[in-house]
Amino acid sequence: MLGWELPPHNSGGLGVACLNLSKSLSKFGTSIDFVVPYRAEHKNIKFMNVLSASNLNPLFRFGAGAYASANATLPFSLNFSASPSSDQISIREIQKSYIEFVENYLKEYKPDVVHAHDWLTFEAGMLAKKNYGIPLIAHVHATEFDRAGGQSGSPLVEEIEREGLLMADKIFAVSNATREIIHKKYDIPLEKIDVVYNSLGEDFINSLYSFDDSEHVYINLLKENGFCIVSTVGRFTIQKGLTHLLHAAAKAIHKNPKLVFILAGDGEEKSELISLAAELGISRNVIFTGFIRGKNLRDIYSFSDIFVMSSVSEPFGLTALEAAHHGDALILTKQSGVSEILKSAFKYDFWDEDKLANEILAIAASPALRKTLQTNIKNEYSKISWDDIAKQCLDVYNKLRKHN
Amino acid sequence: MKNLCLYLHIHQPFRYRQYSIFDVGKSENYFFDPNYNSKQSNERIFKKVSEKSYRPTFSLLEKKLKEEKNFKFSLSITGTWLDQAEMWEPDLITRLQNMIKSGRVEIVGETYYHSMSFFYDEAEFEAQIRLHQEKIKALFKKSPKVFRNTEFAYNDNLGKTIEKLGFEACLVEGWDKVLGWRSANYVYSAAGTKSLKLLPKNYRLSDDIAFRFSDKNWNEWPLTVEKYKAWLNNAFLDGEVVNLFMDFETFGEHQWRETGIFDFMNRLISDWANDSGCSFLTVSEAAALKPVGILSFPETVTWADTERDLSAWIGNSLQDESMKRLYSLRNKVLEKSKSDKSLLEDFRRLTTSDHAYYMCTKYWNDGDVHAYFSAYDSPYDAFLFFQNILRSLEYRLSQ
Repeated sequence: MLGWELPPHNSGGLGVACLNLSKSLSKFGTSIDFVVPYRAEHKNIKFMNVLSASNLNPLFRFGAGAYASANATLPFSLNFSASPSSDQISIREIQKSYIEFVENYLKEYKPDVVHAHDWLTFEAGMLAKKNYGIPLIAHVHATEFDRAGGQSGSPLVEEIEREGLLMADKIFAVSNATREIIHKKYDIPLEKIDVVYNSLGEDFINSLYSFDDSEHVYINLLKENGFCIVSTVGRFTIQKGLTHLLHAAAKAIHKNPKLVFILAGDGEEKSELISLAAELGISRNVIFTGFIRGKNLRDIYSFSDIFVMSSVSEPFGLTALEAAHHGDALILTKQSGVSEILKSAFKYDFWDEDKLANEILAIAASPALRKTLQTNIKNEYSKISWDDIAKQCLDVYNKLRKHN
Repeated sequence: MKNLCLYLHIHQPFRYRQYSIFDVGKSENYFFDPNYNSKQSNERIFKKVSEKSYRPTFSLLEKKLKEEKNFKFSLSITGTWLDQAEMWEPDLITRLQNMIKSGRVEIVGETYYHSMSFFYDEAEFEAQIRLHQEKIKALFKKSPKVFRNTEFAYNDNLGKTIEKLGFEACLVEGWDKVLGWRSANYVYSAAGTKSLKLLPKNYRLSDDIAFRFSDKNWNEWPLTVEKYKAWLNNAFLDGEVVNLFMDFETFGEHQWRETGIFDFMNRLISDWANDSGCSFLTVSEAAALKPVGILSFPETVTWADTERDLSAWIGNSLQDESMKRLYSLRNKVLEKSKSDKSLLEDFRRLTTSDHAYYMCTKYWNDGDVHAYFSAYDSPYDAFLFFQNILRSLEYRLSQ
């Protein structure tokens, strides 16, 4: 398995998905060597071997921005003085040592299948396929098209992505939407692409977390005064469509001032969003929490009434499942993969600010609607488990092995 | 007689800490960062500036008052500075008291919290002036007669208001657009008032010291006492008083000791004090000179930036939202403050103009003085923490 991160050294959904998938695969007897580009302890991972491709600190695997393919050709300067060997390190250099590591590994070990996650590891995957004929699965959690938010991405990244997809024996896409993008953008035949959805991890579902609303007196006060809490969680990048969300928020607040929007996250769009909220005159209805995880994040899901996923393009969108788990009514863009598997949710096109405003107002105004959405989504969000997904992957592994 | 009026402004705000939304309802500590080394640690900043500027400059002024019987100057000291000095370096207050006892140091009136309250709420403006007067009376047994508004923000209406409050004169920016062909080196009457006097700052000669002194790209660098005195003499070809108004931190903080700023001032003061045609005046002595004309400020003029307007404090939507929301709480705060004393103090500390200044975006990308003097990573961060504190105030008001 070729990956780029694992919890707790992850900055988003990629690491979580890799961990949950590997865990379920190992349950069914798969033995996994998982390569990461950095050196760190993964104390809680006993079911597979985690191999470090370099001595890099996990903080530096992307540099400034998580998954920032825009930095692919530029050496980015590091904010931390504790950098490994030099002050300047590019993601290409990290990938180079990653490939070298995989090359050396393959001299000794010959896995049955190489499962590579996202463009970051595709070059290393192709090497295994080319030099040793090992079957390659390219797992696409996001395409360069998604990361660029509908604009043109990095040509270099697109090229690597294209080559990896062409050379792969099988492609896993996290949603139908992603499958379509791969087909359209890279001319890959649809039969080569399987949809492999994500799910919530058992850790998340079974954890001992419990919500104590007495810790959030300010939010309680708002609720007592009839406020409806709308939240969204994610990196503040163009991909997430948050400027549309704020415009819709302004429209909704104009009709119903008792709405509070919580924007949880951080990213390059932060300043722009803060300015926009002020320009729209809705700063007092918008709360920015900064980057959060763990208990704080779950608390936000818990005290929210509505969760919005406003992404312009979202290959899957695990946060929607997390929000559903904590009982939120969901509003999702049709451009999100997760909207393919959830029925009891409002859906809109990311640009349709009026529609989003209407849906928020409707849920805020009708306790009955809110309750129905919240109850029904609870029966849906856990329909697909990681065990199901692992079985799906194993079938493909076995076919490729025999084929070989 | 060539009259030199030296006035220094001494101030520190209570910077608010990185107050998170998760603190609302749990913590009412906005201004005291538990981490001494943090960017917003007021105690650390006060002590740093004290060592670099307050202490050496006090020493210089004390020495000059002792050596030169003709030397006089004026000071404005904000309430927030006095509060911090009392907390962390009370001997600075004692030293100030001793200097003021000499009778040659005059204190200028202003808003206790260094606020822009005049532009939001006149009642609050008056209340803060009264608070400052009480504090000055208690510590120094003086009643200021001359006023300076925060950042020198002045307009004709403000003149009327402070005259009503009993002030005889006001310090203003000697801005060319207001003066026109007239010289800054005279006393003027304030338009629309009965007898309020205006003392315009000679910003060129002031800024030669305050901003340009150590600038090696300046074609007059290095500035010598001889050269500067020649410029002063020149100024008196058309004038009776040269008003040198500047930040106290000019000495040691904006212009470091290594630039020779202390030696320069040491020599300049002695030179001027011992020249028979020259004298020092405090601000009220200068205001006693006969006005030569009327100055009108239909628009607000400040002493900041090249625009000399309010745009650094009231210029963008972040500042607008924050300040309007803050001032809208005033009546409720006053009412509630009977049972919650600290609430009013917290409210007033938030009116300090520095907070709005940190939210200024107009030169943000150039990384200029706005960035240099900010306690936050960006104007947007400053805005967020401020909003969270406002939420906390609103929460307390609801209890």
